[in-house]
Amino acid sequence: MIVMEEAAYGYGTEPLLADLSLQLQPGSFHFLTGPSGAGKTTFLKLCYAELLPTAGRIQLLGVDAAALDRDGVADLRRRIGVVHQDCQFLDHLPTSENIALPLTVSGRATPDQAANLSELVSWVGLKSRAHALPPELSGGERQRAALARAIIMDPDVILADEPTGNVDWDMSLRLLQLLVELNRMGKTVVIATHDLALIRAAKSQVQARVLRIQGGHVTVAGADL
Amino acid sequence: MTALGDILALLEGDAQADRVVPRTGQAARLSLATSAAMAFLAVFAMALSMASGRLADRWSDALARSSTIRISAPAAELEAQTWAVLTVLEQTPGVESARALTDEEQQALLEPWFGPELPVDDLPIPRLIEVSETAEGYDGDGLRQRLAAEAPGAVLDDHTRWRRPLVEAAGRLRLLGWVSLVLILGATGAMVTLAAQSALAANEQVIRVTRLVGARDSYIARAFVRRFTLRALTGASAGTALGMVAVLLLPGAGDSDSFLTGLGFAGSQWLWPLVIPVLAAITAFIATRVAALRTLRGLQ
Ligand SMILES: Nc1ncnc2c1ncn2[C@@H]1O[C@H](COP(=O)(O)OP(=O)(O)OP(=O)(O)O)[C@@H](O)[C@H]1O
Ligand SMILES: [Mg+2]
Repeated sequence: MIVMEEAAYGYGTEPLLADLSLQLQPGSFHFLTGPSGAGKTTFLKLCYAELLPTAGRIQLLGVDAAALDRDGVADLRRRIGVVHQDCQFLDHLPTSENIALPLTVSGRATPDQAANLSELVSWVGLKSRAHALPPELSGGERQRAALARAIIMDPDVILADEPTGNVDWDMSLRLLQLLVELNRMGKTVVIATHDLALIRAAKSQVQARVLRIQGGHVTVAGADL
Repeated sequence: MTALGDILALLEGDAQADRVVPRTGQAARLSLATSAAMAFLAVFAMALSMASGRLADRWSDALARSSTIRISAPAAELEAQTWAVLTVLEQTPGVESARALTDEEQQALLEPWFGPELPVDDLPIPRLIEVSETAEGYDGDGLRQRLAAEAPGAVLDDHTRWRRPLVEAAGRLRLLGWVSLVLILGATGAMVTLAAQSALAANEQVIRVTRLVGARDSYIARAFVRRFTLRALTGASAGTALGMVAVLLLPGAGDSDSFLTGLGFAGSQWLWPLVIPVLAAITAFIATRVAALRTLRGLQ
């Protein structure tokens, strides 16, 4: 799904991430962890071609990210669902329309998907909040809406950046549950988080690999978790 | 992504896509009002062009008409003076041809006034010589002097010649009208570009989010292009309608030779202003599309 070969990235002249070589297999479940500012969000941005590596190569769904034109990037993002750290909603559209946005912009919004949409909205527990505007949602509601939007296109890969960033423990577990269910449906899942308790909670439910970013390098974390 | 496909998609419309980019009330009203004002001005520029065009045509027709030389002399000298005049004319540069009218032709000219029974032969009727000029024309004063010397009874009547500079002025005025139209169109394009750029800048976050969820540039551009094209079309239609009414209400006078009273459209020329809203829409379409695609390429 995602293959990195000696990839590196730096915002300025200083490299932030270096020498990234890894493969995320289809259907795998990964946690990405590391201290704040280590580059977790940056790593995920490389995974959906918002950023291109400054060195090395990154293959996304079998294509070289650097070789994609703008339409190619757009098409790729329809196949990779992303839960952004800051959610990224259109504040003037109701939550349900925000969730359906990927369908709308890809021209795939058809009437018979209305049923799917309301099913999905119920699944993330937002049925009663579907008509609210994003700024009117609570932190946890926003996270669930973002997750719903990430999966509405039935993507092969789901990248979630701090999906439990500002919710209580019960809600964290519920969101984790949703992602585990998606993984059982065969989707590749990557969750960036610094919440070690969440990772431990997941270990009992799913075979997860933990990637740790520290000092600009990614290592597979050992048994200290 | 072809321009034609975009135009078709534009006409089709997409209510959903339209909602993605929020409406900006003030920009919409301003671009609507500016398009209307520009179209209003364009109608007048067009009316000016067409009126001066008609005037120039009419006057140059008059110029093309031959001038006449009238020879009044006692019957005995008439023949000789006629020959003299024709000889002079033959040698005058700028004269294409010259010919004395026959008695029958002269009688036909006089008939409306005196009836068919006029005994031309018995009356001291002056002889008329029809002169047609080349495109350059002749030197009227020089010819007059030579005629005075060779045929004292000859009078050159070239009353249409004073119009020549007026025809030139009318032609220039027509050109100015068209130039104004082009300038108005250019100003409309610049205005739409600025309005579109500000709308794009105001919606940067919207563009970012839609890009993130997989929108292509053409999809995002279309939302803006559609909006500005429709605004330009609507505003320009209203402005054109108002302009046409204003031209229609200009006080007219029977004598359409007068420049001011002739300002307006004649007959099928009334169809021409209908082109203005179309041109405005095309201009807005191109301006917004260029602005949008350029801005989008500059964003992540
Ligand atoms: N657009 C940018 N321009 C310059 N520097 C940036 C930019 N975005 C992030 N950085 C810097 O890169 C580093 C890594 O940022 P990143 O957002 O990837 O960290 P993170 O691991 O996701 O942190 P957090 O856990 O707080 O979300 C930080 O030091 C940040 O300041
Ligand atoms: Mg982050």
